[in-house]
Amino acid sequence: MQRRELEAKGYLVTPGFIDLHAHLREPGFEESETIVSGAQAALRGGFTTICAMPNTEPAIDSPGLVAEVIARGSVAAAARVLPIATITRARAGRELADLMELASAGAIAFSDDGSPVADASLFRHALEYARMKDLLIIEHAQDLTLSGKGVMHEGSVSARLGLPGVPAAAEESAVSRDIALAEMTGARVHLTHISTRGAIASIRDAKARGLRVTCDVTPHHLSMTEDWVAGQRGFAWEREGHGREAPLARKPPARAVPYDSSTKVNPPLRSSSDVRALWEGLSDGTVDAIATDHAPHASIRKDVEFDQAAFGISGLETALSLVLGGVAAGWCDHDTVIRALTSGPARVLGIPLPTEDWIAIDPDIAWTVTAESLTSMGKNTPLLGRTLRGRVVYAVVSGDVRYEGGLRGATPVGSR
Amino acid sequence: MRWSRRHVLDTDDWSAEEIEAVLDTTGAMVEVLSRPVRRAPPLRGRTVVLFFAEASTRTRVSFELAARTLSADVVNISASGSSVEKGESLYDTVRTLQALGGDVVVMRHSSSGAPYFVSERTDAAVINAGDGWHAHPTQGLLDAYTLRGALGDLATKRIVIVGDVVHSRVARSDINTLVPLGATITLSGPPTLMPSAWRCGQSPAGTTYEPDLDRALDGADAVIALRLQKERQEGGLLPSLREYARVWGVTEARVARMRPGAPVMHPGPMNEGVEIDAAVAHGARSLVERQVTNGVAVRMALLYLLVGTPSLEAS
Repeated sequence: MQRRELEAKGYLVTPGFIDLHAHLREPGFEESETIVSGAQAALRGGFTTICAMPNTEPAIDSPGLVAEVIARGSVAAAARVLPIATITRARAGRELADLMELASAGAIAFSDDGSPVADASLFRHALEYARMKDLLIIEHAQDLTLSGKGVMHEGSVSARLGLPGVPAAAEESAVSRDIALAEMTGARVHLTHISTRGAIASIRDAKARGLRVTCDVTPHHLSMTEDWVAGQRGFAWEREGHGREAPLARKPPARAVPYDSSTKVNPPLRSSSDVRALWEGLSDGTVDAIATDHAPHASIRKDVEFDQAAFGISGLETALSLVLGGVAAGWCDHDTVIRALTSGPARVLGIPLPTEDWIAIDPDIAWTVTAESLTSMGKNTPLLGRTLRGRVVYAVVSGDVRYEGGLRGATPVGSR
Repeated sequence: MRWSRRHVLDTDDWSAEEIEAVLDTTGAMVEVLSRPVRRAPPLRGRTVVLFFAEASTRTRVSFELAARTLSADVVNISASGSSVEKGESLYDTVRTLQALGGDVVVMRHSSSGAPYFVSERTDAAVINAGDGWHAHPTQGLLDAYTLRGALGDLATKRIVIVGDVVHSRVARSDINTLVPLGATITLSGPPTLMPSAWRCGQSPAGTTYEPDLDRALDGADAVIALRLQKERQEGGLLPSLREYARVWGVTEARVARMRPGAPVMHPGPMNEGVEIDAAVAHGARSLVERQVTNGVAVRMALLYLLVGTPSLEAS
């Protein structure tokens, strides 16, 4: 590899980000995303390593499929792609997948994400079995009988809009179950996309008791509230009386049409009190990582009635700007969020932070989110048309410059 | 007041003046309907598309009568409820509606918010004729018109809405229409059929929740009973229809708790013997039939305000 010097004056240089939770849709849903497009989108968002969720078709439940994801990831030559395999065969929640073989084939962790392992006894066995080799189980904590047909957070907004709600208790009761099983088995449990105040409190308590429980939160749950479903577009920190005024809050946020399916995500966008609790958890170390839950969808699955639309927000490329928005508003300090994007997720995965992965960020540059501006095939984000601040200028993976943004006329020193 | 709305999707952001404007126009339409020849020309040459993706005879016929009385051409499109499974998307239907070139699309749909989806993708004026649990603006307006006819000014009046509020677009639209006119509303019914936020002190402005129907009715000025879907029992929301009828049914004894002569309303179709007793439904205080008649006039008023030409003179 030829050595190059990059001009990074005025930029913020940090280790590359690690995303514990991305949906790359391949195999099976290549109209929504591919491993190549997802890994390229990741680099533009500053993620030099991404963990690919296994809820594909077929689900990643065999060593051959794990190997296939790894192979396609290296062909992409973009962000490093680490495959997550399923906990149960075909994600059906009935019998355990071959966890040891899958780990040997290169699965970095195990998850039935998209659904929880609803059967508590089976989940207990998964944890007992995983404990043997200290494998990482990532759980999507949701009581399906409580969430039912819900399509948004249950509260005053769902009441007004006449949409079936997902109560906070659907997450909180599942988190409590998982913590009890972590305690019983002594296994590691990582709770992904935590979205409620009560769940944060339970996890804080579990950590204080020395349990091996970790969690992540998403950039959209850190920035958007249930009001977004009703058409409001103010970030959580732009509400009156919260934090100091962020640079982008000078203009009152625009309104959008209600029932925009780009705001439909699971877990749902929660109340402003929940959002505040996620930041508190980030600041006090309860939250280990910020993960995107990047969930790209082809327009055909989103350009439908709200209750018929698929859940998910395309998040890799807007994550950095959203968390920097919260930092600018004074909701968290800068180093904490960078840790939650780098060393935090590395520790959850039990891997060292890759020493040859670097990114350079221009934290001040404003950019407008448009379908064309996104490399991901998933254009499903309620941020379309919104001007955000902060973008990645360079991304280096294993010492190799794999992305250079054309921003601010950045030109690399030296030659290829 | 100058009418400036392009669509009627929800009345949640309407001012009292806008609601009054519709009610005043409704009065003029009642006059048209009382003429020997019930026909006026303001929608001549206009096409009204009735797009009902959920079964409804009453509301569809009411809109059709309203449109024809104002001399519009009427096209009916029916589609299956949840069209996604049948391979026909709402998006496809909207493109068809757009190509047909109707001036107004009157739509009923089982998904809350579907009229917003359509209004964003067509040039036609969209009237929401009921979407999921969300809104039924013309029902709210016709209930306001009917109540005003019976009670006069609604300021200081207290209206009870009893029943399955959480699943009711009628309840939401009644609240959004009656509260700006000065009425206060007491919601009653089983806690399992009330939005959880509305039970915990976050009910909409102008409303309170009183689970005990007898207490809710004491001294009230009117009651609106909501239709109870029989499947709520299977969903675990209710022990039985019999128990519901005993505790929340509008009976003659309960009606007597209201102010003397206080009227009883129901959006129809009624489950007599469940949410309302037959004797009440067809008794002297019942305004159910007047609601149906006024419904045509309210729908005429909206069509007229959205796309009508000024003249109401007979042709």
